[in-house]
Amino acid sequence: MSDESTELPEDLAALIGVSQYPVTATFPVERGYTYNTLAATQNGNPLYWDDAVAEQVTGGMTALPTTLSLWMRPHYWEPGAEGEQVALQVHFDLKARFDLPEAVMTDNTLIFGDPVRPGDVISHAQVLRSVSGPKTTKLGSGRFWVIDIEYKNQDGDLVGVESYTGFGYRRAAAEGGAA
Amino acid sequence: MNVPTPLLLDAVTVGDRLPELSVEVTPTTVVLGALASRDWRPMHHDYKFATERNGVADIFLNTPNQAAWFERYLTDWTGPLGRVGRMKFRMKDSIFPGDTMVFSGEVTEVTTDDAGCGWVGVEVTLTVGERTCSSCSVRVAVPSSADDNPWARRGDRWVP
Repeated sequence: MSDESTELPEDLAALIGVSQYPVTATFPVERGYTYNTLAATQNGNPLYWDDAVAEQVTGGMTALPTTLSLWMRPHYWEPGAEGEQVALQVHFDLKARFDLPEAVMTDNTLIFGDPVRPGDVISHAQVLRSVSGPKTTKLGSGRFWVIDIEYKNQDGDLVGVESYTGFGYRRAAAEGGAA
Repeated sequence: MNVPTPLLLDAVTVGDRLPELSVEVTPTTVVLGALASRDWRPMHHDYKFATERNGVADIFLNTPNQAAWFERYLTDWTGPLGRVGRMKFRMKDSIFPGDTMVFSGEVTEVTTDDAGCGWVGVEVTLTVGERTCSSCSVRVAVPSSADDNPWARRGDRWVP
């Protein structure tokens, strides 16, 4: 990886540490997504399959902690919405701001607070923590950025904090294909 | 009601190795994981987008689904009383259909915090053949005694 460090544009520097896009999920936490995730990972943990175990261990059914980010993701389509509905809007803002057509996530940190339960309504906001100078990796040339997301339930209890490191990039011309 | 016998803190020692988990990855594994996490981005279900736009070999496992696999791997070991407090992972290479992903883990830390919560630090490695695709550091709470329950902890008694 090469590093051609440059300063961050002023408009972006002003957004560092600022809470953006506060959103409350449009539907409550429900067990269907827990079952989907359990099936997708072949997870037989009785905490999520057996109500009696859930009652004894956690005082009732909970959602898998790692499904936290699920509640920030919009419906792919809904009435009145235009264009692709995306999660983590700050990530897509940065792609557009730097004209970087492609992106991948490289790091993910999750800190879990109070359990999330069916019926909870989760709110979240995104905070841009950092943007790197130009970098070149095997994928192409672009920038890394770190975005934090804080999740709360309807009572304002902190249920988790998540941090993503993304790499927005443009593929090398010789590889072609990026549009 | 059958809560399986939990893993207790005093049964864990730094250097302990978790049983390996091997999973054959299919296109369904990738798509099911993406949709379960409401991740509609096309690189997780559209081969042409993944290969022609992203320039990778195939559709690939998405980030939240990897987190869910790590959680499953950890709680397979701890049992249902194990409560993951913190997880940090770095994805160095992608997981594609046709891969056999292998999870392995080693205990790196065994501690008790000021609130009496027992914590185990585990370094998990996700490999495909010779490729190390992801490395994950996990902090998971396990019972300190037979009558302890990490899930009962709230507020100042839960410091992940």
